[in-house]
Amino acid sequence: MALSKSLNVNGRQVSIQIDDPEMPLLYALRENLGLKSPRFGCGLEQCGACTVHINGRVVRSCVKPLKEVRPNDRIVTLEGLGNLQNLHRVQRAFIEEQAVQCGYCITGMAMEAAALLARNPNPTDAQIKQALSHNLCKCGTHARIIRAVKRAARYA
Amino acid sequence: MNMHASRRDILKGTGSLIVSFSFAGAISETLAQGAAATKPLALTEVDSFLAIDAKGKVTVYSGKVDLGTGVRTALMQMVADELDVSMQNINLIEGDTATTPAQGTTWGSLTIQLGGIQLRNAAAVARQALLEEAGKRLNTKPENLRVSNGIIFGGPRRLTYGELIGGKQFNLKVDHTKPPKRKDPKEYRVVGKSVPRVDIPAKLTGTFTFIHDFRVPGMLHGRVVRPPVFGAKLQSVDESSIKHIPNARVVRQGDFLAVVAETEWNAIRAARALQANWSKAETLPDPDKLWEYVRTSKIAKDEEYGKVGDSAAAMAGAARKVNATYDFAIHTHGSIGPSCAVAEFKDGKLTSWSASQATHNLRNQLAKMFGLPPADVRCIYLEGSGCYGRNGHEDAAADAALLAKATGRPVRVQWSRGDEHIWDPKGPPTLIDMRAGLDPSGNIIAWEHESWIPQQTPGGFHVPLIAASLTGMPADDHIAPGNIFQNAAPGYKFPNARSVCHRLETTPFRPSWIRTPGRMQNTYANECFMDELAAQLNIDPIELRLKYLDPKEERGIEVLKRLKTLAKWETRPSPRRNVSGNIVRGRGMSYVKYENSRTYVATVCDVEVNRTTGEIRVPRFYVVHDCGQIINPDGLRNQIEGNVIQTLSRTLIEEVKFDRSRITSVDWETYPILTFPQVPEIIMDLVDRPNAPPWGAGEPAAAVIPSAVSNAVFDATGIRVRSVPFTPDKVKAAMKGAA
Repeated sequence: MALSKSLNVNGRQVSIQIDDPEMPLLYALRENLGLKSPRFGCGLEQCGACTVHINGRVVRSCVKPLKEVRPNDRIVTLEGLGNLQNLHRVQRAFIEEQAVQCGYCITGMAMEAAALLARNPNPTDAQIKQALSHNLCKCGTHARIIRAVKRAARYA
Repeated sequence: MNMHASRRDILKGTGSLIVSFSFAGAISETLAQGAAATKPLALTEVDSFLAIDAKGKVTVYSGKVDLGTGVRTALMQMVADELDVSMQNINLIEGDTATTPAQGTTWGSLTIQLGGIQLRNAAAVARQALLEEAGKRLNTKPENLRVSNGIIFGGPRRLTYGELIGGKQFNLKVDHTKPPKRKDPKEYRVVGKSVPRVDIPAKLTGTFTFIHDFRVPGMLHGRVVRPPVFGAKLQSVDESSIKHIPNARVVRQGDFLAVVAETEWNAIRAARALQANWSKAETLPDPDKLWEYVRTSKIAKDEEYGKVGDSAAAMAGAARKVNATYDFAIHTHGSIGPSCAVAEFKDGKLTSWSASQATHNLRNQLAKMFGLPPADVRCIYLEGSGCYGRNGHEDAAADAALLAKATGRPVRVQWSRGDEHIWDPKGPPTLIDMRAGLDPSGNIIAWEHESWIPQQTPGGFHVPLIAASLTGMPADDHIAPGNIFQNAAPGYKFPNARSVCHRLETTPFRPSWIRTPGRMQNTYANECFMDELAAQLNIDPIELRLKYLDPKEERGIEVLKRLKTLAKWETRPSPRRNVSGNIVRGRGMSYVKYENSRTYVATVCDVEVNRTTGEIRVPRFYVVHDCGQIINPDGLRNQIEGNVIQTLSRTLIEEVKFDRSRITSVDWETYPILTFPQVPEIIMDLVDRPNAPPWGAGEPAAAVIPSAVSNAVFDATGIRVRSVPFTPDKVKAAMKGAA
């Protein structure tokens, strides 16, 4: 039987219909709400491509069951961080550093970086590497991503 | 109610969505390309590559695709300059069998070198024709005209490209074997500039459509349920095991098993819940005896490369002989986004959307599988997660097509992480023996390279489609590891040399090409061995290479000389003397002329080896790179960085593990890759040659990485590591053996 679920996504309250409260948040965002940035990479919280913020903290949406998400939990995806007309400093810095190859992992990198800068405005290289150490990239974009996070820190 | 319907309800409803729902936009754009169905596709027609509408908007049709390398932007730069239009006025269509010419698989670092040059040729013919037509209309000679941004100026009068050709075809030939006169590179305005990539803003704002985001109205979500072990036969399926999942059902054909559902999550749940019985099978070699297995595999044929003189006779008469054996593990492509595809059958015709790097090949494979004429199959490229070769995209396309055929609905198939790690084709295990003979004065008088690598069956590069194999549907399959013989021949001038590739009938897993296929493994063995000889002869490794490079290799020599400057190279033999302490440091180098015919790369690698744990840390690489004319310097840097980091991961960590039945490297815990704390600094010197042809850069820098690391470890420790990946256990074992 379909269930109604209320979510607060990118500042808006939305209602979705689901069959299964165990469904991970990732599928609600992608399939019910049509958001593209949270990406399916592993479904095992190993790669970080699905990363979103809930109440300012990074969450791997691929393993976050909807039943654990409350209606007033503030979910923010990359789309909610900023848009082309009004870029978040992390988005701006990643674009300026051209810190993308295929870009499949880049959602997670940007979301992780935004959370890092919110709690540590001036991270060292080692802190950046540590913060991103559970976000995987296979193209080898790491060096640029580190530069982009440092650049974003300067835009505070 | 299912999720699909509820999604539509939301769309019709109160407008509570935050972000506009744009998947539908993507499909209409893509389908609109069908309007150009009458356009030519032959490589000899200008109209195959270019169209200009009445507003002067240029559509470029490229059979080569952007696999996440940024080459889309580079191709647009090349056309913009050759045609004299602005980048903003160009729309690039990639890899659509209905509209783009068959320029060959996007592989082998050939997109700019071959595909881009073909676009340039077409643009040069088109521009000249436009100038001649403008000359007629303005009653002046073409050479009196000036072009800027698609506007032709003739004194006070002007004509736009749109006015001249808008919407009409050129009907002109282009002969790539006798290229038309192209611009003097001095006139290029955007080629050679670090133009920002056109796709990056969308990728940073969640507005880019990957294949994974693509949706077709009315489609089902499919998940495959693969045999638990290779070679298992499907004995029975309990369809009642998924009856609690709304609208989920089973599709079974032979040993192909899948589920479809109206929503993605229900498809995933059904795939997990489905109970099926499979036969047991043990088809894989003993992993502990992999290299014995490879060495004794049946040889289909021997191929010989780089033969000079008589190496056997010279070896027999050598004063000193040196030999070493190198092996290189089985690798997976490891795309971060597992393979995905969408397929639709309509009026007996198949449309397939995928991230295939070879849509024209895929069309032929799908046509064969379904008994359709190729004209009734259309394959459309949409960008996927980086694939680094032939990963699972084509297989997902076959899965989706099979399910679409079986259900009568469009179907999207998304592979799981395990599907990708286990079922994508693998880079085959590579075993190479190296031998050299030295004369009494220490000259290398004989060089032999002998490898055991899978055959490439003649006729093409059709890696078997899993769905066709499991169902027994028609297939025209090949064992297709790619051109892995490349760089088997030495890049140096020896009086007697011979490289023999034993092409094996079989290899443990379905092989395919992974970035720098064969060139990486061959260069690894050749360049490690060159370093071993330098150490035996007590000569600096760069000096030995310069001694044996053909003096005509001026560009290779320049790359090596610039490397010495860039890395502040200290000329001395390896290993380093008087090392002490637990952490020991060293540096190694390597050099390649890619495929012995194009891009030159040389690298120096600094390492730190922990003598207790055997761990190798690589703080930095220096890279000098000459690929001729550079189209986009920042794009080139990005590719070189990617080559270095990705290959360091392959060199130090990556290895597909298995037992007699199955692959046990099933996810990122069991097939780990390099993470941020291990990322090296990369210092580069790009040699730009604006007047030279632009060569490939997507692979060459990867070729030198494993050997540079091994050579650096030797410099630090005096220990040779000859088995990729260079795991701490192997390093420890080597040190113990030497102690």
